[in-house]
Amino acid sequence: MLDLQNIVFMVKNGTKKRTVIDDLSLKIKAGEFVVITGPNGSGKSTLAKIIMGINKPTSGQIIFDKQDITQMSITDRAKLGIVYSFQQPLHFKGLTVKDLLQVAATGQETFLKDNKTNYKKLLETVGLGEEYLNREINNSLSGGELKRIEIASVLARNAKLMVFDEPEAGIDIWSFSRLVNVFQKLRKDHTIIVISHQKRIIDIADRVVIIRDGKISKEDLAS
Amino acid sequence: MMDLDEIERSLMREVADINDTPEGAYNFRVNGKSISRRSSKNINIESKTDKSGIDIYIKPNTKNEAVHIPVVISVTGHKEAVYNDFHIGDNCEVTIVAGCGIYNCGTDDSIHDGIHTFYVGKNSKVRYIEKHYGAGPGAGKILNPVTKIFQEQGSYVEVIMEQIRGVDSAVRNTSAELDQDARISIQERLLTHGRQTAESTIAVSLNGKNSTADIVSRAVAQDYSRQLFHSNIVGKTVCRGHSECDAIIMDDAKVLATPALDAQCLDAQLIHEAAIGKIANEQLTKLMTLGLTQNQAESQIINGFLK
Repeated sequence: MLDLQNIVFMVKNGTKKRTVIDDLSLKIKAGEFVVITGPNGSGKSTLAKIIMGINKPTSGQIIFDKQDITQMSITDRAKLGIVYSFQQPLHFKGLTVKDLLQVAATGQETFLKDNKTNYKKLLETVGLGEEYLNREINNSLSGGELKRIEIASVLARNAKLMVFDEPEAGIDIWSFSRLVNVFQKLRKDHTIIVISHQKRIIDIADRVVIIRDGKISKEDLAS
Repeated sequence: MMDLDEIERSLMREVADINDTPEGAYNFRVNGKSISRRSSKNINIESKTDKSGIDIYIKPNTKNEAVHIPVVISVTGHKEAVYNDFHIGDNCEVTIVAGCGIYNCGTDDSIHDGIHTFYVGKNSKVRYIEKHYGAGPGAGKILNPVTKIFQEQGSYVEVIMEQIRGVDSAVRNTSAELDQDARISIQERLLTHGRQTAESTIAVSLNGKNSTADIVSRAVAQDYSRQLFHSNIVGKTVCRGHSECDAIIMDDAKVLATPALDAQCLDAQLIHEAAIGKIANEQLTKLMTLGLTQNQAESQIINGFLK
């Protein structure tokens, strides 16, 4: 499904260069549920963004479904079946929750056919009521509400590979429990990568990958 | 619909959502002439005798009625100043749809200055929609609307002003004076492109106790266009006023916003919020992760913003 080969990602800081991802290779099989964890600043989010195409690697190759997507745009990767849930969701003045879900579900005939019911179900999944559909995604929403809308937009995409960047950040414990259940359901038909520090998510993973200083760490998770 | 060519019909659709003769009272003005008019039992439209324009008289207690007064200019070089006065009785609930569309394919500027004055009776509710639109490859499509609103006690006026594309130059002046318990909501939507210019001034005077004003202006400036936005809320007594002006700036456009609040009473609560900026890269990126191209993402954001 996904094969990251010798990925290097460097950033410039003035005249100096800093290596964020350091020759990292990782294979993820179709249907796998992988949790990526590790200390802050170790390169986890950068790696997730490299998978989505938001960051382009300095060197290395990314193969998705036997296709080299290293130079592919974000849009094309999205069309191939990759989606990414942002750690920090954004405001969209003027755009309603329904608008965002509509964009996300574009091309999914079955979803759009019965869109009212599906939107409702989707919002219920993340613990939000139907009344949120017409809410504008602006600063009248709390951080937790924004985060759940962000997750709903990713779920609406129904992509083959779903990458979640700290989905637990900013949401309450009830929504978090619901999220864990969502992952349990999703794993039946999707490949999932979750960047997380949460034990409850780590506990349900098929595999846990620890990243430290831009490399996959060999250390035991317990340590 | 009355005898209009395809261009004029399309302008009518753009500015007043009219495909056919609307229900209720109306006055259609095309190239300086009133080509069709109908008064209703409660809404009477009369031509002015001293200058160009009409008086619209709405009887007290008129409920759920609408009046359409769109203007279309399809002749190059046509210039006009039109004075329309609305006399709205007490306890009414009415919708007024105005707006002007100009098609210019010639070498001379076409100009419409629409001066609208509203006298809103006690406890009346008025929804006023004004759309401006320009099209055609010719010279200037110029619109200079003036809207003056005088609200009596307990009245409510909702003003929706929209100018999306096509108008080369616009100078818009909107003012309102509110008595006790009167409320006004003004929503402006503006998109300029090419080398267009638009200047909008909104001044609200909260004269009566517990009067309130809410002004929301959203604008997009593309290409080399230039926009100026001035707002001023004057609070003369215990009252509440809020204004919000947001603009998306793109390409080589320029936007100047000068909001003002003038509290003349200790109990006047006046708030202003303003933001001008480009579309955030993160917003584009988010929509691209959902399958949109960069251009589609940009349009989605702009359309939503101006909705």
